[in-house]
Amino acid sequence: MSDHHDLVVPEATEEPIANPGLPEHLPRPTDVDPVAEKRAERQVATLFGLSALFAILTCVAYFAVGKYDAFLGLGASNVALGSGLGLALLSIGAGLIQWSRKLMSDHEIVEMRHPASSSEEERSEAVAAFEQGLEDSGIARRPLIRNSLLGAMGALGLPAIVFLRDLGPLPGDKLQHTVWKKGMRVVQDVDGARIRPSDMQIGQLVNAEPEVFFETNSEGEPVIEGTELLQEKAKAAVILVRMHPDDIKPWKGRENWGVDGILCFSKICTHVGCPISLWEQQTHHLLCPCHQSTFDLADNGKVIFGPAGRHLPQLPLAVDDQGYLVATSDFTEPVGPSYWERG
Amino acid sequence: MSTSITTNGTKSATVAKGNKAGDAATWADERLGLAKANKLMSLRKVFPDHWSFMLGEIALWSFVILLLTGVFLTLWFKPSMGEVSYQGSYDQLRGIQMSEAYASTLHISFDVRAGLLMRQMHHWAAMLFIAAMLVHMMRTFLTGAFRKPRELNWVIGGLLLLLGILEGFAGYSLPDDLLSGTGLRIADGLVKATPVLGSYMSFFMFGGEFPGDVIIPRLYIAHVLLIPGLLLALIGAHMLLLVYHKHTQWPGPGRTENNVVGEPLMPIYMAKAGGFFFMVFGVVALMGGLMTINPVWRFGPYNPAEVTAGSQPDWYMGIAEGLLRIMPGWETHIFGITMSWNIFLPGQIGPIALFAIVLAYPFLEQWITGDKSEHHLLQRPRNAPTRTAFLAAMITLYGLLWAAGGNDILATQFHVSLNAITYFMRGAIFVVPVIAFILAKRWCISLQRHDNDKLLHGYETGIIMRSPEGGYSERHLPIADARAYKLTARERDEVYQGVNGTDANGVDAPNARVDGLRARLSRAWFATNVQKPTVAELEEGHHHAEAELEYEHAAGLDHQADGHQYDGRHDVAGDDLTHKH
Ligand code: HEM
Ligand code: FES
Repeated sequence: MSDHHDLVVPEATEEPIANPGLPEHLPRPTDVDPVAEKRAERQVATLFGLSALFAILTCVAYFAVGKYDAFLGLGASNVALGSGLGLALLSIGAGLIQWSRKLMSDHEIVEMRHPASSSEEERSEAVAAFEQGLEDSGIARRPLIRNSLLGAMGALGLPAIVFLRDLGPLPGDKLQHTVWKKGMRVVQDVDGARIRPSDMQIGQLVNAEPEVFFETNSEGEPVIEGTELLQEKAKAAVILVRMHPDDIKPWKGRENWGVDGILCFSKICTHVGCPISLWEQQTHHLLCPCHQSTFDLADNGKVIFGPAGRHLPQLPLAVDDQGYLVATSDFTEPVGPSYWERG
Repeated sequence: MSTSITTNGTKSATVAKGNKAGDAATWADERLGLAKANKLMSLRKVFPDHWSFMLGEIALWSFVILLLTGVFLTLWFKPSMGEVSYQGSYDQLRGIQMSEAYASTLHISFDVRAGLLMRQMHHWAAMLFIAAMLVHMMRTFLTGAFRKPRELNWVIGGLLLLLGILEGFAGYSLPDDLLSGTGLRIADGLVKATPVLGSYMSFFMFGGEFPGDVIIPRLYIAHVLLIPGLLLALIGAHMLLLVYHKHTQWPGPGRTENNVVGEPLMPIYMAKAGGFFFMVFGVVALMGGLMTINPVWRFGPYNPAEVTAGSQPDWYMGIAEGLLRIMPGWETHIFGITMSWNIFLPGQIGPIALFAIVLAYPFLEQWITGDKSEHHLLQRPRNAPTRTAFLAAMITLYGLLWAAGGNDILATQFHVSLNAITYFMRGAIFVVPVIAFILAKRWCISLQRHDNDKLLHGYETGIIMRSPEGGYSERHLPIADARAYKLTARERDEVYQGVNGTDANGVDAPNARVDGLRARLSRAWFATNVQKPTVAELEEGHHHAEAELEYEHAAGLDHQADGHQYDGRHDVAGDDLTHKH
């Protein structure tokens, strides 16, 4: 056998203590004592018997325990089925393990190892076969064939990628716009109730949505529903907060975006898009429950803590001729998580 | 085996006559040549035993449980985002608009008997699956079982962990409840942060704008077919390699690099491992029956404008969550583009880098140590101090990030400011792992010293002897042969010296620099390790003990006061203190 085929064994001479060899096999009580053996046999059979019993009890419970009954605050049926099945399985398991430990022969066996590699002969045989194959194909002598084949295989990858094109539409400018537009009423998110400035106390936060989510067409069908509703909601959800007008420090150009200290901000976190809802009225801080980005709503929604990289977009507000809060335009910047071409 | 099968081609093969099982075996072998398979993997294949070898088994069995319970769930689950008005038996949600996926999950939970049990078992088994893989991986790491020739099996294991986590995330998303939808929303944000392609990737993934109506069906097919298929194939490869390499074993009397000592697959391991399967299954069934997990009915259907406070992903997503949470909000806006480092680094680069390190580890270590030989005997963690310390650092990092992933919960539980926790974590993830590394390494080395003390001077009996002069000393006794052998059954570490250790002329500069780095790393890796005693050192230790004994005789003791009489460790008849060679 060749050199590499032998395992590297440390030289015996440098070992401070020689390997004393396998210890002698000691018999277990069940090997020498017929009473112990019988007892173990009975134990194993009892466990198997118990398992069958539990399996049957589980089936009984399936029919006997009411679907809607409760037990310790949990579903009674669930508790009964889980316990029954669990005990049936555990008994089989315990029986098998007990059998193997107490009654099956426990003589240790020695098996020799062999290196993972093939022998030198096997290797040269394989290499020879491979080279003969290469030689017969003539691929080395005909680079034209080889290269054109590689090119063809590579080109086949293109349809594989192109065919995936219809996984979804292109983003276009969808991420830059929401359904908000001039004159759209800001309404309560629960019932679509319109909101007058006087409905809001100082310090109050209201979860709000554009009124179009609650509008129906002439046939009584919602204007926006289903998937589209979820998609628009994921961008257009807002919060209204009312603060002391003196506390608010609007950026230039935003001075008239509020109504009597009522400001409207996107509810969608600029970090990775969770809806934000935890409002501290004393500090005017809004905290995102997902990764705790904190925004100062008195200061234009600026990030004051956490992993978000951008302020919360603000929706400019006004009051319409009936006295309800309305948007004066769409958001002036994309809402939600950042993306490359967002600017 | 008692039956021996022979085939000579003309006569039909015969086993013991009149034996039903034998007849069946013959029938099958004549058509399939099954007995040949016994050569590839003998029914009497030997497996060594140790409790830590069970961890991988837990992972395997949880996977089987996931397959079984998962198939049960598919019989009722509807992977559809079509909207329906819920009319099932859970009062609080009746009449509410929701996706069919969510409605069918409620149906499984409330109206299918054993449905909730299977859902909960499926979820508990998923957690167990990933936890077991992780701990199994740590065991493999700590004992050096990933060394040649098993590096590829380590890589397969790493891929299994990665796929397991992805599979878990896909499954967690399927019920389309408020929490799982929030998880998807975060995934959407992570994808959008990809440079250049982010928004396109998001639109292709969700079939349009988030949340769209295709993500649940797409995740479903990944969850029940694609990823389980890959997992199954990789688990198969993992097992094949395990059989081919044969299991590693701990060193001990009679166990060498060239053999494997243990009990045979049939019947011992069939019974033990089979029994263990039922135990794991049974425990999971009890958990599913008694411990509520992911009560989706409490969260309500997904609504992109709602979220619950204190929402937490499954535990195995914890470190990704922690990374996201403690990252400062860095974003670059330049030339009309946005680069979100705050998401890209922790959400994409971080996990990829972590996995790359894990997968590459065996090769990195091999390069540093220059060790090219096969290893079938396991190492005690203390005997690879740098590696063990590295794992200690990684576990510390993992723990810190995991805690950071629950910083809001920590803040409310311990009344600490959230901001303080976050700032602390930002520094701690760089500092504390280093401290853990240093401590773990020192600890390993002191354990190594302790081992050598035991070899050279024996163990401490706790028996105090008074000499005739009135001095006190503790009696040390030699340890038993088998234990002494075990302690020395390890290799001596060799620091890599570099090819050009003495003359730098022969090698060109860039190579020499790499080589120098390698030599320096090797020194850092090994230099402080304690090596086992040499033959000479050991002998000197024993002479010392004998001298002590003679001194006692000279002092007039009429019997050997070797202390065995008092500590009761073994029978001392005919024992003297000299070591048996
Ligand atoms: C191999 C690893 C697997 C993992 C880690 C895993 C994990 C999960 C998780 C965490 C859930 C959420 C359960 C919940 O509602 O609380 C889930 C749901 C589900 N899984 Fe799996 N699963 C695995 C394999 C499978 C397989 C092989 C199948 C089917 C062949 C399957 C079918 C399902 C179905 C239908 C659901 C949705 C049912 C529901 O949520 O009620 N899973 N999975
Ligand atoms: S989504 Fe708001 S902080 Fe991450």
